[in-house]
Amino acid sequence: MIRSFADWFEQAGSDGIGLAEFVERREVKETGASREAIRRRIEDALAVMRQAVQEGLEESGTSPSGLTGGRSGRLAGDGPRLLGEGFTAMLSHAIATLETNARMGLIMATPTAGAAGVVPAVLFTLAPVRGWSDEQLVDAMLVAGGAGIIIAERASIAGAGGGCQAETGSAAAMAAAAVTWLEGGSDAQVATAVALTIQGMLGLICDPVAGLVEIPCAYRNASAAVNAVASAEMALAGLDFPIPVDEVVDVMGDVGTKMDVRFRETALGGLAATPAGQEIAARAGMTELVQLQRKGSTRGEGSARFGPS
Amino acid sequence: MTTLFDILGPRMVGPSSSHTAGACRLGYVVQAILGGMPDRAVVGLHGSFAMTGEGHGTRTAITGGLLGHRPDDERLREAEAEAAEKGLEVEFRKVDLGSDAHPNSAVFEVARAGERIAITGCSIGGGRIRVQEIDGFAVDLSGSLPAIVVVADDVPGTVARITGLIAERGLNVATVRVDRTGRGERALMTIETDEDVPDDVLAELAGQSWVHWIRNVHQLNA
Repeated sequence: MIRSFADWFEQAGSDGIGLAEFVERREVKETGASREAIRRRIEDALAVMRQAVQEGLEESGTSPSGLTGGRSGRLAGDGPRLLGEGFTAMLSHAIATLETNARMGLIMATPTAGAAGVVPAVLFTLAPVRGWSDEQLVDAMLVAGGAGIIIAERASIAGAGGGCQAETGSAAAMAAAAVTWLEGGSDAQVATAVALTIQGMLGLICDPVAGLVEIPCAYRNASAAVNAVASAEMALAGLDFPIPVDEVVDVMGDVGTKMDVRFRETALGGLAATPAGQEIAARAGMTELVQLQRKGSTRGEGSARFGPS
Repeated sequence: MTTLFDILGPRMVGPSSSHTAGACRLGYVVQAILGGMPDRAVVGLHGSFAMTGEGHGTRTAITGGLLGHRPDDERLREAEAEAAEKGLEVEFRKVDLGSDAHPNSAVFEVARAGERIAITGCSIGGGRIRVQEIDGFAVDLSGSLPAIVVVADDVPGTVARITGLIAERGLNVATVRVDRTGRGERALMTIETDEDVPDDVLAELAGQSWVHWIRNVHQLNA
């Protein structure tokens, strides 16, 4: 069991192994699965992730609600603008996965369905640019998974638990850890990358319009991917962050538990409860939800922990 | 404990792990307990399942689960058409199970070849589920481990005899839960194991005079 980033680094260090191998050995020990089976399952996950991106980019039709679909293809087709090809590709990849998700396509919830676009967008955009092999991507997923396990144990990975900071924030932190590690960053740099990512997303609420995992989720996945790469780049350059990563994760958990239930995936606050948001919910036939939004009600306390994710 | 594939997964058809993947799992487990696809199902949706389920394909996912599809099966999208074709009739209703019920709860009343069962369960997040009630008996089934569900005479030694038969085959019991309608009447047992219970063990148990009904619920990975 790894309960903190400090533990992870210390135990891997004393075993004389890397972060990826540590996570792999832990999984072998705790589930009884073989190393090969674990790696095959990760390869399968990567294949599903790639396919979800591809489908999202190619499919021009909209989701049943009409809120998403076709946007990632439009972005990719518009070509590079402000920061070059990779940047445009990464944004479109993130949105593409969420579009596939909204169409009831096959995705990997990494770590949740609502944040499923971040890790693939970052890894698949950078892999050809940085020359990472498929084998290295499997290792990167182990590092991402290790970071996700710690965040899930110490704080939350679900919007219903801690808002969007917990959902796309965790996905971005996982991606940042994976990239920093793959680029040969030290343990301290991996820690910094995660800390920088989470501090940049602290307090972000979860306010899905009409309760659907579409808007703002698709765009939040794109901005989370940017945050992940920015944080990895700063960490790899040796920039430091004075608050230890475990303490940053704890702050995220604390902010999440104090967050009003309207901002935790209940669709009763934030963008979801705006006049425009209510209109979209009404058009989607969610009359009961709209009534609650109009009342400004916080009913649905229970669903704060268990809403769509 | 959080495992690696809780974080890197589940592999699922979108859009929501609780309202789609979890909903499908509930339907799947219900048909497994029934012993196959129902002819008819009346499904009561409570709370958030009823309120935002429409947009998450909750009904489609439950129908797909009742057809025996798992959460990563892309046939889920066309579940309604498949149900019509295969003669599975599903009716959805909104229900209010009270404020103590989990917001993503569903009550299933299913029938197959004359047999009827009522099952209550909920989707607790990340695609995970709990089955809480079978025909009025309190249970606690997750679907993440293989399980057998047995209705047997509530007499001394029943649990030991069942777990004994399982242990003889070298299978490890993970959890045992017993609920009964009244002293000396019938008890419902759910026994989760680390590996699937082979059909011949099930047949042997089914042949015991004190066993009234038994079902094998296979593991639901994904």
